[in-house]
Amino acid sequence: MQGVEGFMYPNEVELQWSVLIVLYPFLTGLVAGAFILASLERVFNVEAVKPTYRLALLTALAFLLVAPLPLQLHLGHPERSFEMYLTPHSTSAMAMFGFVYLWYLMAVLVLEIWLDYRRDIVVLSQTTTGLTRLIYRALTLGSSNISEHALHIDDRVGWVITLIGIPSAFLLHGYVGFIFGSIKANPWWSTPLMPVVFIFSAMVSGIAAVMLLYMLLTWLRKQTIDMRCVDTIAQYLFYTFLIDFTLEMLDLIHRIYESDESFRSLDFMVHTKLYVSHILVQIILGTITPILLLASTQVLKISDMARKRIYATAGCLTMIGIFAMRWNVVIGGQLFSKSFLGYTTYKMGLVTREGLLTAIVLTLLPLVILWGLVKLLPPWPEKSPAVPGASAAH
Amino acid sequence: MNAFKDAGHLFRLAGVFLAGILLFLVIREFLVPKSFGEYGHYRGAALAEIAARPLHYAGHDTCETCHADVLEKKKDGKHAHVNCETCHGALANHADDPASVTPQKLDTAVLCVRCHEANAAKPRGFPQVVSADHSNGLACDTCHQPHSPAITAGGAK
Repeated sequence: MQGVEGFMYPNEVELQWSVLIVLYPFLTGLVAGAFILASLERVFNVEAVKPTYRLALLTALAFLLVAPLPLQLHLGHPERSFEMYLTPHSTSAMAMFGFVYLWYLMAVLVLEIWLDYRRDIVVLSQTTTGLTRLIYRALTLGSSNISEHALHIDDRVGWVITLIGIPSAFLLHGYVGFIFGSIKANPWWSTPLMPVVFIFSAMVSGIAAVMLLYMLLTWLRKQTIDMRCVDTIAQYLFYTFLIDFTLEMLDLIHRIYESDESFRSLDFMVHTKLYVSHILVQIILGTITPILLLASTQVLKISDMARKRIYATAGCLTMIGIFAMRWNVVIGGQLFSKSFLGYTTYKMGLVTREGLLTAIVLTLLPLVILWGLVKLLPPWPEKSPAVPGASAAH
Repeated sequence: MNAFKDAGHLFRLAGVFLAGILLFLVIREFLVPKSFGEYGHYRGAALAEIAARPLHYAGHDTCETCHADVLEKKKDGKHAHVNCETCHGALANHADDPASVTPQKLDTAVLCVRCHEANAAKPRGFPQVVSADHSNGLACDTCHQPHSPAITAGGAK
């Protein structure tokens, strides 16, 4: 059979989980990572990353809104996903994930953004006209109280929500890793390290995404990039990446030393079918290269312009590397036979429901949503609207 | 008192959430079938609905009431425990009205290899052949009698 080497069980020949299932952990990872970066400023009072606080929150929301779409397209019948909420199945990790998602979206992200933007929303509801005014008025929920005390309450409640939000962000992405890690029939996935690796890789990709978006949007707005801010973010990216890489290497070394019955098959796969995406793209290009680039900015004295270029290059390579990691987990886990006697090939469609074009659209869609969110709720500190007269205070 | 006034928007938000939850509960009341969870994580009434569906398979007991000769052939062979409708397909219609509904003649060149085409996933002791090498497209019943497939010294039984 074309594309099949050795022996495959009949249900292994064609891959069931497509590029959209690769995209799903990639998108949720960006959400969790962006939120954790935002939380740093809020909970740990890291002043330097303040310019990216709101942008990180909006980025997390934009990606979280798109995150379920790959799953909906993969499964078909999107109306059925509502059944997860109607008849909760407490012993199914996948079914309960709907609640984790809803909790994170509604109880954490939307709430935190609303509390943080409430002052701006109230002011904008009084200074804008037409449809935008109606949107802002709806968002105020009919309360225009932005007194100092009311804003202080918002700040305190927001702080508590961020505090709850950090473990929630870990839960959101740890859970995605858990779903893979708990599949005992698949030795490529089945490791308790999987949720931890997923969380750290999520942080890496989210931090890199916010750093790139901040630099890109600041450049598009013809403003000056706050170097103290990007230096701090790059530093976080560097340290988180080191932990992520260490964990992945720990997993690899453990597998090599343990050499269980699946090892020869998986080792062969990594050296053949997964060589480009795993060794070259994920490890060399997408992990070691950005780590070395970021390390150079930590130890060498480099000019601002050069640092910006290094950060942009390292950020892009990081995104490629983390996407490759998701690819290697999801696709790699389906390329070998569970009999360890053969290998199949992933044939990605182009213009199909689960094809390349859909994947590209779903990757770009969060950026379009983010553009809308940035227009509606400007995240830039200097764009914070002024209160029009004293009457707006109550 | 002032604290309550300044937290008024939070109460409004809590109201929106509460309204959302209430709306969900009302929708849930209408959408979840009444018999859901009666026996397990499924609709209890589905059992009765499935039981009421028309039967397609007659069952080998029904076949044997008329085809005792075939039963006689099968009983000592390797296919003794293979039920009639495994190969012949669902024939409840034929059992109901044998005169007007007659089963189609089976093409053994296609049918037998469904089970007996060689595949490494099958148990070693299971009879399996690479059909292209074994019979070169010839129908299996040229040599084997499907109701008792072993070839004896005297030819097909």
